[in-house]
Amino acid sequence: MKLITAIIKPYKIDEVKEALQAFGIAGMTVSEASGFGRQRGHTEVYRGAEYKIDLIPKLRLEVIVDDKDASAVIDTIVKAANSGSIGDGKVWSIPVEEIVRVRTGERGPDAI
Amino acid sequence: MQINAGDTAWIIVASALVLLMTPGLAFFYGGMVRSKNVLGMLAQNYVTMGVVSVLWVLGVYSLAFNGKNSLIGNFHQFGLAHMGEQATGFALTIPPLVFVAFQLMFAIITPALITGGIADRMKFGAWIIFSGVWLILVYAPIAHWVFSPSGWLFKKGAEDFAGGTVVHANAGAAALAVILVLGKRHGWPKERMRPHNVPFVLLGAGLLWFGWFGFNAGSALAANNLSAYAFVNTNTATAAALLGWLIVEKLRDGHATTLGAASGAVAGLVAITPACGFVSPLGSIAIGLAAGVVCALAVGLKNIFKFDDALDVVGVHLVGGVLGALLIGFFGTKAINGANGLFYHGGWHLLGIQTICVLAAVIYSFVATYIIAFVMDKTIGLRISQEQEYQGMDLSLHSETAYETASGGLR
Repeated sequence: MKLITAIIKPYKIDEVKEALQAFGIAGMTVSEASGFGRQRGHTEVYRGAEYKIDLIPKLRLEVIVDDKDASAVIDTIVKAANSGSIGDGKVWSIPVEEIVRVRTGERGPDAI
Repeated sequence: MQINAGDTAWIIVASALVLLMTPGLAFFYGGMVRSKNVLGMLAQNYVTMGVVSVLWVLGVYSLAFNGKNSLIGNFHQFGLAHMGEQATGFALTIPPLVFVAFQLMFAIITPALITGGIADRMKFGAWIIFSGVWLILVYAPIAHWVFSPSGWLFKKGAEDFAGGTVVHANAGAAALAVILVLGKRHGWPKERMRPHNVPFVLLGAGLLWFGWFGFNAGSALAANNLSAYAFVNTNTATAAALLGWLIVEKLRDGHATTLGAASGAVAGLVAITPACGFVSPLGSIAIGLAAGVVCALAVGLKNIFKFDDALDVVGVHLVGGVLGALLIGFFGTKAINGANGLFYHGGWHLLGIQTICVLAAVIYSFVATYIIAFVMDKTIGLRISQEQEYQGMDLSLHSETAYETASGGLR
């Protein structure tokens, strides 16, 4: 099993979610995040004083999938989250050792 | 004088309008601080309504407005006794008690204005004591000098229709003094402290603008032609200042901002306050435009001289108040009320008096406030701890949080 984590632009969440639902994933978790990549931050001006904002808001979404689906899910996210401009985010995956469904106690791929 | 029902009704309503300015100010300031300090800011403003309202009855009104001494009043009307007597020297068509209420609202907002300069770092208890002591030792004397017909500046012919000197220049100078005693917020200016809710700032500015009609037009102390001029001049100058501030921003920074619109409006309100009953509507456009431009530039002074005037009380209220008071010396016209200024063939006389009035109020306010703040700092201490400052005033001083952070649901 793989944990796929994606950092995306907040306004892309609906497209990504719909693409993943169409793919048939069983569930996902979304949280607010902030940070910077190559895009760096932006500048705001209040009463003439410039404020350099280094950390800009993003969404982090996490999906656990079977090994065989991992590559296709990553492609789906990348395709849906791509706007072509700088700051579109990153997607990565890491191996998952164990997963348990809390209600039933099922383990492994059955619990995804 | 005969009591006039129309005048009385208007000043009662105007008093309520002026009271609303302090909650308005609280939102104007509250939106500009970081979210961890918004309740601390609101609390300081609300508690000022409490402290001043009680002290006003307990002798401070009398100290500001009663008696023939030219420097300070007395306690003849302590507890609002002898309310059958007018405030000394006035011939009003409203009951003396209505005048007490109207003046109270000015006395509330003046110390409240200081909270913007000292934002994010003063102990709540220290603020309560400071606001009371300051009301007695600084506000009451200056109000007496300028507003009371017995006062030495009033007798000189100093013109301050609604408190440009007594309220704004005074509060601005006092804020500077407390700022210097308190010191900078930890991290300032390296760490940029952004406004957490600009819509609150605009909401507060709107309430201030609305309430200010009571402040300025009410200062005619009657419902008459002069109050109409004060009303129209107030709105006109505010509008011109809003535009002036935005023009400076557009030319200097490339963007006209909403915070700039709110700031410009308040700068215009401040500058027209002393002048609204002495100048023509055309004069009010000039004064407003000057205030918008000058104050938009003046808020940069703190970055040059490195004093942490958190929400620009010096740049807007001290500079705007002084500017308005001095511009009466140019734009004042007998055709509306008062004496002629330089542009109306009145010569330099009025400008000279205005300069003396401003200098006296600003110097006294700065020195007396500095002493009060210094003594308090050395005894009970003015500042919250670094840990409390980091945690924020809301939680560390009031055990409250303004907002439930939306970590669960997406906004």
